Amino acid sequence: MAEESLTISKLKERFPDSMLEVAHFRGETTVYVRKGDIVKVCRFLRDDPELQYNFLSDLCGVDRLGLEPRFEVVYNLYSIPYAQRIRLKVKVSEGEEVDTVTGVWGTANWHEREVYDLFGIRFLGHPDLCRILMPEDWEGHPLRKDYPVQDMPKWWEVGKP
Amino acid sequence: MIQTRTMVINMGPQHPSTHGVLRLVLELDGEVAVKCTPVIGYLHTGMEKIAEAKRYQQVIPITDRMDYLAPMSNNLAYILAVEKLLGIEVPERTKYIRVLLAELTRIKSHLVWLGTHAMDIGAMSVFLYCFREREKVLDIYEMVSGARMMSSYFRIGGLREDLPEGFEKKVWEFVEEFPSRVDEYEDMLTRNRLWTQRTKGIGVIKAEEAIDLGLSGPNLRACGVPWDVRKSNPYLDYEKFDFQISLGKNGDVYDRYLCRIFEMRQSNEIVRQALEGMPGGPINVNDPKIIPPPKKLVRRDMEALIHHFLLYSQGFNAPEGEVYQAIEAPKGELGFYIVSDGTNKPYRVKVRPPSFVNLQSLPKMVEGRLVADVVAVIGSIDIVLGEIDR
Repeated sequence: MAEESLTISKLKERFPDSMLEVAHFRGETTVYVRKGDIVKVCRFLRDDPELQYNFLSDLCGVDRLGLEPRFEVVYNLYSIPYAQRIRLKVKVSEGEEVDTVTGVWGTANWHEREVYDLFGIRFLGHPDLCRILMPEDWEGHPLRKDYPVQDMPKWWEVGKP
Repeated sequence: MIQTRTMVINMGPQHPSTHGVLRLVLELDGEVAVKCTPVIGYLHTGMEKIAEAKRYQQVIPITDRMDYLAPMSNNLAYILAVEKLLGIEVPERTKYIRVLLAELTRIKSHLVWLGTHAMDIGAMSVFLYCFREREKVLDIYEMVSGARMMSSYFRIGGLREDLPEGFEKKVWEFVEEFPSRVDEYEDMLTRNRLWTQRTKGIGVIKAEEAIDLGLSGPNLRACGVPWDVRKSNPYLDYEKFDFQISLGKNGDVYDRYLCRIFEMRQSNEIVRQALEGMPGGPINVNDPKIIPPPKKLVRRDMEALIHHFLLYSQGFNAPEGEVYQAIEAPKGELGFYIVSDGTNKPYRVKVRPPSFVNLQSLPKMVEGRLVADVVAVIGSIDIVLGEIDR
């Protein structure tokens, strides 16, 4: 836990304005980061010699329908040298874009494509932002909470007047 | 002057060496792959969306179907995440049983990998040898859960039931026999000149690139990065077991092969230790809100009947919050990120499938190499499309 607080204190010292909120639950730390600063914060966490969060475990979206901003983009980071985890979160309104972190970790490429595919959140500066799991001509973003699960048009009804 | 141009071909989705429905768009210059673009999603079944409409216990069978070669690993990752969310600790015996079965699962998954990988490269007989041993692990699966593949044996807060009679004898037979079987595989491959020529120096990836691309598991260790979730962030009781993690040097197909062979031997040792040190005692947490009461009690006791009814009709409510739990699955870091809104269904379940992330490094490994090497590299990454597309 001492290491965790080191991460937090370093972040607070370096980015006093970017850190919106810090939450603890079951021994895990979540940091809410201002949307525009995510790349700066990520790069700092990766490069700082005492932190070295060099491994992006996971990047995903969460749809908080009914809240504003509606979406969250979640970054689960891991530091291989120090065996520490931290979670960053960015809140995004519908139609807003987030800066891509593909420049920080190459693995973010497919993760961000997946978030775009399933939630419709666009990533600014992504090298190839296109659908990854759904077909290219698919309409809608399936993991949104307001995506209709039932009463979908049957395949023989699609494209008919 | 002769005009030359590159040619674009499709490899898959029905190609047998793509291990399922992986489609690769290859741009070829003669026999050299200049550009490789994986196209995935042919097996997308929306498991994360389905999980949002199910109660916590009902998600377990869905996880079986992700990495169908290692179902117990998926169950384990999911239930550990939910147990972390609930803040419960399972009894010692359950931890040992889970470790034992998770390591048998690793052996089983690696056996399929070895068999199919060798067959892709042209060593047909290894496949039959590997499936002979896999069959024995499947028999053990059948003993504990009744199903050979989709086991769903691990439950939130415990196990479906205690180990059956004759289980230990069966596992002991396997544990005693297995090292000599691994020797057989190695006799066929490790020094085989055809095998080394097809694998050494092929599909090389450096450690920094591998970390940048999120590679994990044996693929990352083959590059010389000593990171294993079982050692670095122990879950269950892994810190009580004495085992070594595999480590390669060159990050090529051959080193990945050696790493997994080594892991099979180590997993066998962990299974042996788990059998020797298996504690007695209860297998389930003592909480009728999570674990159903015994059937006998339900017929006599009003309170037990109520708990039984509530558990099967409504499930349990999890506290509001979010957790990320990672385990060392056979293919790498398998993580579950669960967001709870305080109801009996998960608000969001995100799976971090190791195969999905590992596949992303395929273009880096194969570009500039022969088409035949593409087949060898796909086999060596060890992907399962059920997990990639979810």
